[in-house]
Amino acid sequence: MAVMNIIQAVNSALRGEMRRDDRIVVLGEDVGKFGGVFRATDGLYKEFGQDRVIDTPLAEGGIIGAAIGMALYGLRPVPEIQFADFIYPAFDQIVNELAKFRYRSGGQYTAPMVIRTPYGGGIRGGHYHSQSPEAYFIHTPGLKVVVPSNPYDAKGLLTSAIRGDDPVIFMEPKRVYRAARGEVPEEPFEVPLGKAHVAREGKHVTLLAYGAMLHTALEAARIAHDKGIEAEVIDLRTLLPLDIDLIVSSVQKTGRAVIVHEAPRTCGFGAELSALIGEKCFLYLEAPVHRVTGFDTPFPYTLEHEYLPDANRILTAVDKALNF
Amino acid sequence: VSSGAAGPEGEQIMAENAIETAAELGRIRKDDLVPDLVQVLREDGTLRSRVEPKIPPADLKRLYGLMVLCRQLDHRMMNLQRQGRIGFYMTATGEEAAIVGSVYALEPTDWILPCYREYAAALYRGYPLRDFICQLLGNAEDITKGRQMPIHIAVRALNFGSVSSPVGTQIPQAMGIAWAAKLRGDPTVALAYFGDGATSQGDFHVAANFAGVYKAPVIFLCRNNGWAISTPASVQTAAETFAQKAVAYGIEGVRVDGNDLLAVYEVTKRAAERARAGLGATLIEAVTYRRGAHSSSDDPSVYRDEAEPRAWEEKDPMVRLRRYLERKKLWSDRDEERALQEAQREVHKALEEAEAIPPPPPASLFDDVFADLPPHLVEQRQELLDAIKSKGR
Repeated sequence: MAVMNIIQAVNSALRGEMRRDDRIVVLGEDVGKFGGVFRATDGLYKEFGQDRVIDTPLAEGGIIGAAIGMALYGLRPVPEIQFADFIYPAFDQIVNELAKFRYRSGGQYTAPMVIRTPYGGGIRGGHYHSQSPEAYFIHTPGLKVVVPSNPYDAKGLLTSAIRGDDPVIFMEPKRVYRAARGEVPEEPFEVPLGKAHVAREGKHVTLLAYGAMLHTALEAARIAHDKGIEAEVIDLRTLLPLDIDLIVSSVQKTGRAVIVHEAPRTCGFGAELSALIGEKCFLYLEAPVHRVTGFDTPFPYTLEHEYLPDANRILTAVDKALNF
Repeated sequence: VSSGAAGPEGEQIMAENAIETAAELGRIRKDDLVPDLVQVLREDGTLRSRVEPKIPPADLKRLYGLMVLCRQLDHRMMNLQRQGRIGFYMTATGEEAAIVGSVYALEPTDWILPCYREYAAALYRGYPLRDFICQLLGNAEDITKGRQMPIHIAVRALNFGSVSSPVGTQIPQAMGIAWAAKLRGDPTVALAYFGDGATSQGDFHVAANFAGVYKAPVIFLCRNNGWAISTPASVQTAAETFAQKAVAYGIEGVRVDGNDLLAVYEVTKRAAERARAGLGATLIEAVTYRRGAHSSSDDPSVYRDEAEPRAWEEKDPMVRLRRYLERKKLWSDRDEERALQEAQREVHKALEEAEAIPPPPPASLFDDVFADLPPHLVEQRQELLDAIKSKGR
């Protein structure tokens, strides 16, 4: 097995699927000859040509609007939005059109596609290269939302997303694009959507995280372990549909939950997780559910590490949960 | 004139009086951009163009008959809306030629992405009237399963898209369909219908731009009917025509009398031929007029002079086509009477059948959100079914 980083894993998934199915086309800004600003589509233009790896005009709404048409026609587009922060011009096409085609046509039309987009902070990108807009899309019926944290899942989840028949927002944690490395099979394989993963077992508290924050949660769990606290860390992987059963069984076991994400707190995905845990684990809870999140401010430039959750803030929440 | 020098691209630039002359030379002359209005039939039904479009007589009669049906349908459905039997309605009165003439110019395999006044294009392709009325009622036999407001139809089997209320969203989608067909090597054209108001949306501009860049076989058919709800076309653009917007995107722009079915047919046919020949997209501005209200929810007497729609009655697209047919001895008063009666009978029968059909079953609310029902929707569906069971407890 090869050792890959997340970019290489994404590239490997795209390549494998494009070889398997000639309906798959990649389109976006700078994805062709240049291979993408993060190199995720590197070499695809050379292998598959300009009709399948397409440089587009600089218009996100046009990329998604056109990709919807391609999908209606029977292609399997995998558009890239260069940064999740730039996805908003396409918001109407995504939430009102893409997400609704199957439903509003009574199942006559489908628009299967995977919108890949790097998200998240910690790369000195300021407000417009750091955002985590997952909540908007999780809140939109008709979209699946996937956030891998490691190369193996990035390839397996992307492969599943491309093979599925629903529109998927595939958010790639750019902070750990290169830092997260691991063994990944070179041949295609699937990691099913809708299944979370226990990244570390524990019995005292459940940490729920996804994407880049999974690594921060694991770091906190390691430090906690040195203090005799065993934190169970769950990598959600798919935010919608959510693996509610795994979350519930873990929280019922530990009696405590700390949710970690870098998006702002108010109406962030943590609010939904907290509500679900309240509904389904009430009699098992030893402490209130805690949220460690980005603050309810625009994403800052200079103070981004103050903004982003770190192991210290997670450990503070763990302490509160244990000493309630 | 001073001696010239080669510019960066090799073209000649002026050395002296550079600012004045360059400003003059570089000015885009508006007159060069404004296309003439294409007209084939005069209002009296005589031919203006030297060449008569070759449409078989049976087809001409069929197209006219469809217009009779649509006019009748609009009249009847609007009344039904007033009686509270359907929730909402939108008419195409006065714009029938722009719709029927353009769909007739396409192949059945070509795609149509509609705005919300083009149900006639679906009927032309064989969408049963009964299905249309089932959609208006949102009943159990509505093929869109009661999911959208009346008029928001979708007919996959006829390559007829899905009506969306947000204005202009279908335009880049049509571009994408056309582009996909081109990439697959299929001789398929996509046509997007939209109104003058939609040209103010970003979606129109990105679609036109993409279409230009990729030479996509797409036709943008703008029904310039003068009004977007209460907003006149003069508030949508400062350009003299909508067709001239094509120039900046490197696509073809045509301006046609939208109340002249033959002219609409001719320009659409030509646009489709260009598209199929690999010459790219065409923006067609069909100049017409929205004689009725925007929808059953507004009253145009509040925002426009009633003399205006009256004046456009004189340019009625059906009257013009009928005069042409009469001159060709293809249509008589008796034909008119028969067509009208048949339309009334058809509408009555379809309505009677459709009104007897119950609403869709409650559990169907959860179908088609995704390909498969995820766990949280299984749970919510049960919640609804339990709630229904416990009603009146």
